[in-house]
Amino acid sequence: MKQGKASIRFEQPPEVVAAASVVGKKEGEGPLGACFDEIEQDPMAGQDNWEAAESELQKRAAETAIRKAAVGKSRIRYIFAGDLLGQGIATSFGMAGLGIPVFGLYGACSTMGESLHLGAMTVAGNCAEYVLCATSSHFGSAEKQFRFPLEYGNQRPLSATWTVTGAGAVVLGRQGGTVRITGATAGKIVDYGIKDSMNMGAAMAPAAADTIYRNLVDFGLEPGYYDKIITGDLGTVGKEILLQLLKDKNMDIEKQHMDCGLEIYDNEKQDTHAGGSGCGCSATVLAAMILPQMEKRKWRRVLFVPTGALLSTVSFNEGQSVPGIAHGISLEY
Amino acid sequence: MEEKEKQKKAYQEYVKQVTPTHNIFLSMLRAFFCGGLVCLLGQGLISWFMSSGMEKDAAAAWELLVLVGLAVLLTGFNLFSKLVKFGGAGFLVPITGFANSVAAPAIEYQKEGQVFGIGCKIFTIAGPVILYGIFTSWLLGLIYFILQQCGVLA
Repeated sequence: MKQGKASIRFEQPPEVVAAASVVGKKEGEGPLGACFDEIEQDPMAGQDNWEAAESELQKRAAETAIRKAAVGKSRIRYIFAGDLLGQGIATSFGMAGLGIPVFGLYGACSTMGESLHLGAMTVAGNCAEYVLCATSSHFGSAEKQFRFPLEYGNQRPLSATWTVTGAGAVVLGRQGGTVRITGATAGKIVDYGIKDSMNMGAAMAPAAADTIYRNLVDFGLEPGYYDKIITGDLGTVGKEILLQLLKDKNMDIEKQHMDCGLEIYDNEKQDTHAGGSGCGCSATVLAAMILPQMEKRKWRRVLFVPTGALLSTVSFNEGQSVPGIAHGISLEY
Repeated sequence: MEEKEKQKKAYQEYVKQVTPTHNIFLSMLRAFFCGGLVCLLGQGLISWFMSSGMEKDAAAAWELLVLVGLAVLLTGFNLFSKLVKFGGAGFLVPITGFANSVAAPAIEYQKEGQVFGIGCKIFTIAGPVILYGIFTSWLLGLIYFILQQCGVLA
């Protein structure tokens, strides 16, 4: 049911039936290494190029999630999936073999939030018994598309983030899980005129602040209602800005706040500068850390807020700013 | 509207304050040291070629060939980007950087084919340097020609 200005409260909350994550070597060596379902040591994942490798990761994450859900592939009615590549090719070629109807999404690195939002509405609206939500990103394909060829020598600024090589997938259903999606707040495109594509944390922080603020206002909650408020990939710079922006609105989330981009790597040891980013960042951390922590009853209520920077090399070269977007998903045990 | 612009400006100022940056003096020091190292290697090569009986022009040409070859080789082994991470412009400004900027796209876009991959995209990074380099030489040549005609230069 509609709640407040832009949120939904699900009367029959869809449940997270299963989740899976597949990541690359670097992510496997990070602090969450032991939590992922699969760590692929080969950067090409046995394929011929970065793009096919990303598709392969997405396919494996989807298949693992479907297998763990144990409801039978034929009962999954729709897939909501996306990635960062032009025309969403990682999704097209990754999901092609599954033979399930697909909605391809683009919300930059916030896509996991977008897919969970749409998937939850579909299940709650009784349009499907089960749906699959999945996203992926790959360091190689993202660098190639948005920055430089991998072997090109350049110096990354300290505010730059490291694109996560990995894919996460979640099966949502009317029943069969322990964690439920109780509400969702759709993201608005928020543009504060940041033009530095190597400082995406600063570009996305205002969008995250906006979504978190609207979620709490729409549901009439205090930040303390949530055990954790977890953003997607703001990194060190974006985190600091987010906390400040909300403090300016008399909202203090410092105690609850976590950022997937800061969980997946050890920035000091792994030389990832401001943290992890990419569609795969929030998706894999959701599957490998957030949902398991909730199932272990360590956290009861989590606001999951994947964040995205909506830029392309074309818009960037044409002098446009980098707008941000963030989708909020309320998860409850 | 104006209020919004002001807000955006204030935010951008704030972002500048909280965004950490590399220590510029340290970066310059490293670049200076590494650039010097490349030059030293170049000079060493020229001296060596000349001592083995080469003319100065030929020795200089061979020196460039060796530096370019070395940079391409290091690019292929994915070591050049690690050098640049440390030395920055020290490795990028000499001809080694130019070689890297051609070799790296060649490796990356090889998957998209010989023509549309390597052929079309090999100069995506070096292209501007080549275009504006040639254009600037033409412009300087023109100025030189005009000055000559006016009798300013002999």
